[in-house]
Amino acid sequence: MEGLNRPLPHPITPETQPYWDGLKKHKLMLPNCEACGPFFYPRILCPKCHSPNLTWIEASGRGRLFSFEIAYQAFNPEFKIEPPYILAMIELDEGPRIMSNLIHIKPDPMVVKCDMPVEVVFEKLTEDITIPLFQPAKRIGGRLV
Amino acid sequence: MKELSNSVCIVGVDESDEIGIVPHKSQLTLQMEAIRNATRDAGLEIADIDGIFAPGGVDTANQHSPAVLAEALGIIPRYVDGTGLGGGSFMIMVGHAIVALYHGLCDVAVIAHGESGRSRVGIAPRCINKSLSGQFEFPYGFGHAPTYFGMITTRHMHEYGTTLEQWAQVAVSTRAWAGLNPKARFREPITIEDVISSRPICYPLNLLNCCLVTDAGGAVVLTRADRAKDCVKKPVFVKGAGEAAEHLMLTQMKKLPFSEATRVSGKKAFTMAGVMRSDIDHLMLYDNFTSAPPLMLESLGFAEPGEGVDFFAEGRSTPGGSLTINTNGGGLSYTHTGMYGIFAIIETVRQLRGECGERQVPNVNLSLVNGMAGMFSAAGTLILSDQT
Ligand SMILES: [Zn+2]
Repeated sequence: MEGLNRPLPHPITPETQPYWDGLKKHKLMLPNCEACGPFFYPRILCPKCHSPNLTWIEASGRGRLFSFEIAYQAFNPEFKIEPPYILAMIELDEGPRIMSNLIHIKPDPMVVKCDMPVEVVFEKLTEDITIPLFQPAKRIGGRLV
Repeated sequence: MKELSNSVCIVGVDESDEIGIVPHKSQLTLQMEAIRNATRDAGLEIADIDGIFAPGGVDTANQHSPAVLAEALGIIPRYVDGTGLGGGSFMIMVGHAIVALYHGLCDVAVIAHGESGRSRVGIAPRCINKSLSGQFEFPYGFGHAPTYFGMITTRHMHEYGTTLEQWAQVAVSTRAWAGLNPKARFREPITIEDVISSRPICYPLNLLNCCLVTDAGGAVVLTRADRAKDCVKKPVFVKGAGEAAEHLMLTQMKKLPFSEATRVSGKKAFTMAGVMRSDIDHLMLYDNFTSAPPLMLESLGFAEPGEGVDFFAEGRSTPGGSLTINTNGGGLSYTHTGMYGIFAIIETVRQLRGECGERQVPNVNLSLVNGMAGMFSAAGTLILSDQT
C-alpha cells in the first residue's frame, strides 16, 4: 500500500481476526486454553493438550527481550524502515513468544541485551491494522512500572 | 527399524557438470546433469530409475517436483516422494527411500536436487508460506534466512557466553577444507579477524558467517544391498536414518537454541545404526550459518549445550584434526544453492569411498551427516558406512 513503511499482516484468517481486532483497540489479546493457559499464535486447538476449549485473554503487554538481531540491510523490499533496526523475539510475561521490533533504543549490541524488560507500544498502520511493537520498560525511581 | 539398517546402499553420487555461478544453464539442466552424472557414477542407466525423490513442496512452487523430473527424463517412476521441508529434505528422503527399496516399491531410487539459486535461470521466485509468517513475522522485517538464524545465535550467546570469535572459527575451519576442494567456490584461507570484520548483515551474523548462494545440482542413487554389488563403485551402506519436524516459526521452537527436531532425528539414526557417537569418524553438518554446526553437535548429543563450538577449537575439525567436520568446504565455502543437503551426502559418500584426494580423511569408516530444514524446523540424520 502507498505510504506504508512495512508490509501489512497478510493474509489474516478467521482464526486470527480477534487478535487483530484487539490490537485495533490497543489490547494485546492471546488465545487461552482453559487447562494450559495462553499460547500464540491463534489456532483451533491448544498446542499442548489439543483441547478446543479456548477463550481470549488480554495480555499485560509486558515481557522480556528473549532474543534479538540488528538488521543492517532490508531483507524484504516492502520493509522500508531505515537500517539498522532491531528484530526482536519477545517472551510475554504470560509465556508465549512473539516476533516484533524493539524501538526507542539504540540498535547496538552493546546496549540491547537479552532478557531486558520490555513493554508493548501499539503502532497504527491503517484504520484496520495496528501492530504490537516493543520498547524498553519504563522505570520510575529505579523501579519498573 | 533395525532390519532396515544396511539393507540399502548409496551407489551413485555426483554434482552437475558445473557448480558455482552458472548463468548459462537453467535449473532444470542442473537437475538433469546431476541425475545423469550420479546414475553414471553407479554404472546404471537413467532408464533403470523407478523411484524419484525430490523436494517438491509448495514452498518451492513445485519446481523441484518429482513430476517435473519424470517428465524431463521421459520416465514413469513407480514410486515418488516430494518431501519438501527445506535444505535438509534430502537426508529425510534417504530415510524414505530405504523403506521403499526394502519393500520392493522401487529398485533404483534417485534423490535429486538442482537449483539456480544465484543466477535464477528458469526459476520462479521462492514463495513462502505467508499465512503465518505473513501475519506474524513479515510486518517486522523478517523474511530471509539471516533474520531468523541470528535470533537463535544471539540467544545461544546470551545463555552460554558463546563469542563471535567462536562462531568465526567455524568459518575458518570450513574454509581450510574448501582450500583442498577444487570444486569449492571460495578457497583462499581466512582468519577469525576476516570473519569478524566482514560486512555486517544481521547481528550477530556478518557476511562470512553466512552460506553462499550458488547454482548447482546434486543427486544420489540408491539400491538394495544385494543389487549394489553389481554397481561400479564401492557401495556405501545406510546404517541409520532419522527425521523429525518441530516448527515453522521460531517463536514456536520449544527449547531455542536447542533443536528438539535434531535431537529426535539423531536419536532415531543412532538407534537404527546400533553405533555410538564415539564410533563416528567424520561429520557433515549442514552449515547455512556458522552457528548451525555447533548447535547441531549439542542437539545431537555430541556436546553439552553451550559446548558445540569446542569441536572447532584448536584445529580439531580442520584437515589433520581429531574429528573432521564439513570436509568439502560446506555451505559456507563450497556451495549452497538454497538447499545444500544433497551436497553434504555426496561428500560423505566420497569420503567413505576414499575418493577425496587431497582432502581425504584417513580411515573413515563411519560418518554422520545431519541436515537442517528451514531454521531447525525439521531435521534428517544419516549414519553411513563403507561396511555393514
Ligand atoms: Zn491446553
